Amino acid sequence: MDSPVIAHLKEHKDKIVELWMKKMDEAAAEAPQSNINYKALITTNETFAEVIYNYILNDGSSRNLNEFIGRILQFGWPLSYLTHGIQVFRRVVIEVIGGKAENTKELLQLYQQTDAIIDPISNKLIHDAAEQWENTVYLQKNALMELSAPLIPVMEKISVMPLIGTIDTERAKLIMENLLEGVIEHRSEVVLIDITGVPIVDTMVAHHIIQAAEAVRLVGAKCILVGIRPEIAQTIVNLGITLSDFPTRSTLKEGIETALKMTKREIVFIDQEGSD
Amino acid sequence: MRTQSCIKIKNEWNIVQARQLGRDLSKQLGFQTVDQARITTAISELARNIYLYANDGFIKVEPINDMGKLGLKVVSSDKGPGIKDVRKAMEDGYTTSGGLGAGLPGVKRLMDEFKIHSQEGVGTEIVAIKWLR
Repeated sequence: MDSPVIAHLKEHKDKIVELWMKKMDEAAAEAPQSNINYKALITTNETFAEVIYNYILNDGSSRNLNEFIGRILQFGWPLSYLTHGIQVFRRVVIEVIGGKAENTKELLQLYQQTDAIIDPISNKLIHDAAEQWENTVYLQKNALMELSAPLIPVMEKISVMPLIGTIDTERAKLIMENLLEGVIEHRSEVVLIDITGVPIVDTMVAHHIIQAAEAVRLVGAKCILVGIRPEIAQTIVNLGITLSDFPTRSTLKEGIETALKMTKREIVFIDQEGSD
Repeated sequence: MRTQSCIKIKNEWNIVQARQLGRDLSKQLGFQTVDQARITTAISELARNIYLYANDGFIKVEPINDMGKLGLKVVSSDKGPGIKDVRKAMEDGYTTSGGLGAGLPGVKRLMDEFKIHSQEGVGTEIVAIKWLR
């Protein structure tokens, strides 16, 4: 059994779609999206109208709609394009079928029924988009955590923790945990923290590094901070931070040499002839 | 180049966003690597202060031109609790959050000009400028 609105929608399909296309066009002309070309917009609008209609008329089969939403979002079109499309559709429908009502009560009924049909579409739209973003954020967060703070045992008694990217509170916590766990697990005596890949060192980052070094000292190992670029050295001095509690080196290579010295070892070159 | 960029600071990622903005603009204006790092670090400190003490606020970054002298201006403003004793906050090693206490005096040293205006219960505004050499 079709509700009156559905009947109206069927009857005036051409008119509604035409008016909707026109309005979408106007909106696009007013606020052009630089990354969307006009031709693509027109064809997409056509598909969009078709998809909305299919969804409304074949009640419940939302496969096309899902596909369409997924594709639009994948192309990186703004969600506002879709939400705006739905809003315009609602306005157009009211405009076209509103005139058929004979009195206010009927008009109100038409209005409510239209809402009941269109609301689920926009809800679904937002739900899908949000889900997709949440998913992406979740995946990236996981990927980030995996990259976060690995402790690599490079040789006996020496481990390296290369840090790349921004250090926030959560990551600082991970650095500390991995550092301490790793030191005990690998029986490291010297740990090198490499900050070559850390874009800037502000007081917070410095504070976390100092705390991590202190914690490492407490479990009986020593910390060397390596990979301090010239501009980082200057900003650290400007900030007035003292990092004198542990040795620092400019490169990982020098850090390893120092670490070897601290563990009473050295790298010796083997005689070329002797190695045959 | 009269564009002003503004970032709302509400969470830790906004800090990264704000300093990325500062880095891009300073690069665009032709600051050298060291000064780029100084500006970025200063923004990081200011943004973190907003995040830590005021919950939310704004970081604005804009290029300025004072009679041919080019520079970059950073404005940090919030409606937080304000700083009780500004002179004390500007001392090295003074902290109320268990940090290093190098943030504000550090920013002053990192930048060329530094102005702070804070009123308890009203908020804090800090303006810092770095001139292009």
